[in-house]
Parts: sequence; structure tokens; C-alpha cells
Amino acid sequence: MRASVRRQILIRRAAQQVWQLVGDPTRIPEWFDGIEAATVEGSTRTILTASGMSMPETIVTNDSLQRRFQYRIDTALFREHLSTIDVFDLGDGTSLVSYAVDANPAVMALVIAGAAGAALRHLRDIMEGEG
Amino acid sequence: MGRKILLVTTDQQRYDTLGVNGGLIARTPVVDGLASQGFRYERAVPQSVVCMPSRSTILTGQHPSTHGVWMNGVPLPADAPSVAALLRENGYRTALIGKAHFEPFIDPFMRFTENALAATGTVPAGGEHRGFEHLELATHGSAGQLHYARWLRANHPEAAAMFYPTLDADLEVNSAGGGETGAPQVHVNNVPRDLYHTDWVADRTIAWLDSLNSSDDWFAWMSFPDPHHPWDPPQSEMSRVDWRQVPLPAGYPEDRSKREAILDAKPRHWRMWYDGRLVSNFEAPPKWVPATLTPNQVREVNARNAVECELIDEALGKVICAIAARGWAQDVDVIFTTDHGEFQGDFGLLFKGPYHVESLMRLPLIWRPAPSSRLAPGVVLAPVGLVDLAPTIASIAGIDRPGWMQGTVLAKPGESTHQGVLTEWDSELYGVDVHLRTVSTSEWVCTAYEPGTLYDGSEGELYNLAEDPLQQVNLWDDPARRAERDDLLELLSELSPPERHPRLDLEAPV
Repeated sequence: MRASVRRQILIRRAAQQVWQLVGDPTRIPEWFDGIEAATVEGSTRTILTASGMSMPETIVTNDSLQRRFQYRIDTALFREHLSTIDVFDLGDGTSLVSYAVDANPAVMALVIAGAAGAALRHLRDIMEGEG
Repeated sequence: MGRKILLVTTDQQRYDTLGVNGGLIARTPVVDGLASQGFRYERAVPQSVVCMPSRSTILTGQHPSTHGVWMNGVPLPADAPSVAALLRENGYRTALIGKAHFEPFIDPFMRFTENALAATGTVPAGGEHRGFEHLELATHGSAGQLHYARWLRANHPEAAAMFYPTLDADLEVNSAGGGETGAPQVHVNNVPRDLYHTDWVADRTIAWLDSLNSSDDWFAWMSFPDPHHPWDPPQSEMSRVDWRQVPLPAGYPEDRSKREAILDAKPRHWRMWYDGRLVSNFEAPPKWVPATLTPNQVREVNARNAVECELIDEALGKVICAIAARGWAQDVDVIFTTDHGEFQGDFGLLFKGPYHVESLMRLPLIWRPAPSSRLAPGVVLAPVGLVDLAPTIASIAGIDRPGWMQGTVLAKPGESTHQGVLTEWDSELYGVDVHLRTVSTSEWVCTAYEPGTLYDGSEGELYNLAEDPLQQVNLWDDPARRAERDDLLELLSELSPPERHPRLDLEAPV
């Protein structure tokens, strides 16, 4: 079974400012708790989790005009996976960041989205703490 | 020196699995003995029928709406109030050994302290976690990051491979059957008894107690993962109970048409789960269809459950002997209970879920006060809640009940401290949400269904415990019981606790 789970957060910073961090695939360890390192070669990003798991990912979309980042996790844990991060400009100097996870097995959508929810809170704290 | 406190919890154990509560399968002389020396509770009710919310209630003394752990997979915030922290601030040494489960198990990013701690030791960074200075953690098998699993895999890899895989390849609760009947989550486990988690929890508790000074005041939460499924006790112990001789439970009508008629008279998610048409929560195997459950499968599950209860009883006996050997016997309070119940065949069901009946809500609870307190033993008939444990533990330690605790000190024989006790259920899983609010009184169990995917908020369940102890006849729509129903709904409203805002996120399946 597959599932689709979404988390989102309002950040009191301009979308372009948030995108500068979110849209850089090498900077994910700065805001996603539990990701210790990330390296990018071409369209492949490899992350290292705090549990010591290395996860290769394919970057599907990195569109700075739409401010959309999409990636697939390419491990045996997943039959199918696509995560989509969107940074929406709310037009008042604030932004809405959405992190949507589609996955099979369904449980992994919850696992990734659950961690993503905490990551978004951390992202907000980082961005709003920047002044 | 104050009184020392041993809180013993099991996981998913029914009221009627103890000999002293009328159980006929498992022999539980140690707990029965504690009951004869202390207080035995006839109607102890959990505030949630799944692990994480219920355990969070035990620790915080708050209802799920207030502590915020509204379903499994929602982590208890690290700064949540804790009775262990309260005791530690008052000079107690504190430990939690066994199953904690305030934080999710499935954690590839290792974000949660419970999972991360075992890689570094037993003392958390900063010297404590949720008020516990020492944590050695375990769950239902040999998988995962916790201390027991790591120890078993490192030292006895052959034994680690003998356990039932609690999750399947999809990381869902495994529906694979085994044993002699093919019942789900039943498995022949050839692990030697001394390597099984029940004895490990007792042995590690004794080791921690042995590390203390005689003059220390201490609070030890010894938390056995059993008799929660999987039902895979050491096979060497299975000769204790011949499953073929196990009687079917009174709550299991063997006649299929009768069983299904009972389910049809309940709100529809009961029958939908039974038929395999609905998965509303993560706590039961989604690929298993309860309608396929056979009488022999019920017998085998209950035999294995009984063996697990006997092993717990014997493990507790070892710890009590160790306490006596330290010279503490007169000054130790022992509280024995569990986090929630288990269907064990009632209504043709196994496991648990959004079903507020006594199978899941009537718990074993024994409080054996320290013999030095000279309190007379007895039976408490009035309803009490697990929300009362934290105030009771504080009281034993001589600490005034702090304002954040919502329960009261457990009633003693002849006392009644609650008009009714609240149980909450909230779940959201893959587009299905269910929300129940239940009040249990001495006579009634009344459940209001709040609006969700399946219900519009007008439905409910109402059972009179004297007339219908098996809760097979739903009186919710009976005009003759309308006045009682209205009174109970008013009581339910009065009991509703303050809700945590904003609502905490679901961060993992379990």
C-alpha cells in the first residue's frame, strides 16, 4: 500500500530567503535533524542518517523559479518514493513551506513525513532566528 | 529515609489474567501475594488503550488531551512533566528498565533519545531523561536500537534470530501466523529462557538496585514488554499450559452468527474491522482479517499469553527477593499494573484499537504499600485511573501533589475518589480518523463518538456492567436508558481535561 502524507509550516521570512537554504541540496543537514551529512554528485544526493544509514537519493526537480525541490529515495526500504518540498510566497514577506511525501510502503511515508515535520520546525527556528 | 517505590508495568495485560482476579489459566502467585497484602483494584481504567498515550499518562499524571500524546507515534515532548523528575528533585534515585515507549520506535534518523541512548550507555546526556538517571530499554523482540536488542544481537546473535519479526516487509504489524494453529503473531521461539526479555528486565533491575547505597531512596519503574504480542515466549516453557485444554473466553461466542450479530449491533467500525474492510489504526496487523480467527487460535494465543504472564510473575518474584536481600522489604511500595488490555478473542477479535470495552479497559492493578506503613489490605471497588498513579507515587514519597497532575491518590478500600474515569481515543491513519470519549463508572461504560471519517458525532455505545458484563448489548439508542445516557454524557463533559495547543504532530507509525 502507498500513502501520501504532508507537513507544512508558516515562516515569517520571504520565500526567496527560505529557498536559499531549502533549495541547496547539500545544506539539508543544517535543518533536517537526524541527517548528519549530504553529498551531491550530478543528480544523486547521498545522505547519512544519525543511525549510520547511507541513503542514495535522486534529485528529480530543483526549480528555483517555482521554488520546488523533489527527490526520490533509492533504497530497498522503498518500492516507491517521492518527496516534494515547496516554498510558497504568501505575498506579505512570509512563506509557507510544504513537505509532501508519497511512498510505498505506506509506513515509510509516515516515517519520512514525521521527521520532515520536525525538520520544518527547525527550519522555521533557523530562519526566524536570523533576524 | 523514605519509602522506596517499585512500579511494575506489563504491556497489554487483561484484568482476568491474574489468579487473584479470577484468572484460571496463568498461575501468578507473586502478584496474588502482593494483592493479599495490599490493595486490589476491581475497576482500574486506562486513559488510552494504546501504549504511548497510556504510558505518558502514567508518567505525567495527565490525560492524553493534556499531555498531548494523542496516538501512538506522537512523541511525548521532552519537557513534559514527569513524576520521576519530581522524585529525583526530592532526592530519589530513579531508573526505568524495560519498555519506555514515550517516543516512537521506527526512527531511521535516530531523533529520539530512547533509541539513541543504547549506543552510548545507560546514563542520558545531562544526567537524566524525563527524570530517570538510568535507562535500560527493551521492547518486544530483538529488532531495533534499544539496549536489550543490541545486547542480544551482540552477545547471542543466534538467539536474536529466533524471535518473531514484529513488523513485516512493509514495516506493518506482521500478520504471519505460527505455532500449531497459525494464529497471527504466534511463533515458536527457541530462545533460552534466561535470554528472553522478561528475565533480562528483572536481571537489569536487580543490577541497578544492587548499585545503590542501602540508605538511598529509590524509584524503579520495571516495565515488562510482555504479554503484548507477539506471543512467542521461550518454547521451553510452553509445557506449562496445554493450549488444547484452554477454555474459550466468555466474551467469545463460538457460534459465528451470534458473534457477528453482536458486532452488527455496535457502531460499524467494529464489523468493518472484523470483516477486513477497515484499517483504522496501526496497532493490529492490517493484512489479518479477524473473521478468520478460529476457536483453536484463540486457545493457543491465550495459552501463550498465560505463559508470558507466569514468566513475568516469576521475574517479579526474583526482584522482590533481591529487595529483601538488601534489607529493604519493609520499606518498599510495589505497584503492579499494565498500560491497557487485549481482546484475546472477545467478540472474535485480537489485539486492540478504537474499541472501548472492558477487554481493553479493565486492568489489573495492585498496590502493596510498604509493610512499614501498616495499612490494612483490601479490595477497592470504585473506579480509578492510571492517571492516579503519578499522584500516588508522589504521595508515597511524601511529596505534595503538584498542580499539573490531574489524578488523585489511588483510593483505598472503602473510598471512592472519582465519579467516573475518562478514556480517550484519537487516531488518524491514511485518511481514516476515529475519535472516542468514554466515561467509566461503577455501573456504566458510556462512549461518545466524535465526528470523523466514519461517524457524524451522534453515535455511541452504552453498556450496563451489572446487566451485561460482557458488553454485548449496546443501549445507546434505547429510549428507556436515555436519562442515564444524558447523565453520563454530562459527566463526560465535566471530566474533559484541558487540551494541549497546538496539537502535537504524528511523527511515526508507532
